[in-house]
Amino acid sequence: MIWCGDKPEPAFSEPWHAQVFAITVALNEAGHFEWSAWAERFGATFKANGLAKELDGGADYFNAWLETLEEFLAETGIAATGALQQLKTAWTEAYLSTPHGQPVNLAKPV
Amino acid sequence: MPHDHDHPHSHLPSDPALRVKALETLLTDKGLVDPSALDAIIDLYQNKIGPQNGAQVVAKMWRDPSFHRQMIEDPMPTLQEMGLYGRQGEHMVFVENTDAVHNMVVCTLCSCYPWPLLGIPPGWYKSDAYRARAVREPRAVLAEFGVSLPEGKKVRVWDSTAEVRYLVVPQRPAGTEGLSEDELAALVTRDSMIGTALAQDPLTEEPGA
Repeated sequence: MIWCGDKPEPAFSEPWHAQVFAITVALNEAGHFEWSAWAERFGATFKANGLAKELDGGADYFNAWLETLEEFLAETGIAATGALQQLKTAWTEAYLSTPHGQPVNLAKPV
Repeated sequence: MPHDHDHPHSHLPSDPALRVKALETLLTDKGLVDPSALDAIIDLYQNKIGPQNGAQVVAKMWRDPSFHRQMIEDPMPTLQEMGLYGRQGEHMVFVENTDAVHNMVVCTLCSCYPWPLLGIPPGWYKSDAYRARAVREPRAVLAEFGVSLPEGKKVRVWDSTAEVRYLVVPQRPAGTEGLSEDELAALVTRDSMIGTALAQDPLTEEPGA
């Protein structure tokens, strides 16, 4: 087992890790949920995922984070699963139809 | 259709990255999050909140007996005054290393960690390997971090939770009596406050060694 020790490492290894983290913090700051409620749900997802496989603490960690946030927002009615799925499809199409090197934007609001 | 090497379209992000984009779009459209506020949050946690905050507290504890007493007995009022308070740092407990005891912190549930004092936890802290083994075989884990403790020294492992976050106060290295608070803080690494390292020894640690 190799530990990283005190070698500097970025707080977020991928941009989406930072993004999903920031979204969660912003929603908490705006009062949509208590941080303790979030931590409890996240802990439960993390534990459930860890039963199936050994979690690596990197991508696994933020995958569990994203899964928790999606479930939480679907339950509270803030972000319905179907609406998110449509937006994801729209973003996928936008990436596939935008020439390389150009900014990728959604064609129109979904 | 096979992809040619000219990448005629933009590189498609990973599945979770696209799900996060969908979330951000929906929440922005609803006016629930502001993209510039998200950038500010990322900047704050990436660049401004980090182990330097905890190191400053430890250095001050080493030098200032009355501050030391406050941190051990009831740290929260003073930490709030210092602005070292907030999400994931509401209830801090400082555990002090001595000649007899070495302390080490883990979160067996997920990754509870004192953000205001240490920033975002490193990947290994969140890994199943560390979370399971820190409790089961702390000495073996410490050895892998390069920490070997004297035979008779006890190792105490503290399990952080959503309610209580622990921070290890490493032992002050010998021969540092004349150092300023900032010089002392430079010896206090992130890992020494998790308990997987000792404070750096200014007498033995050569720069770049």
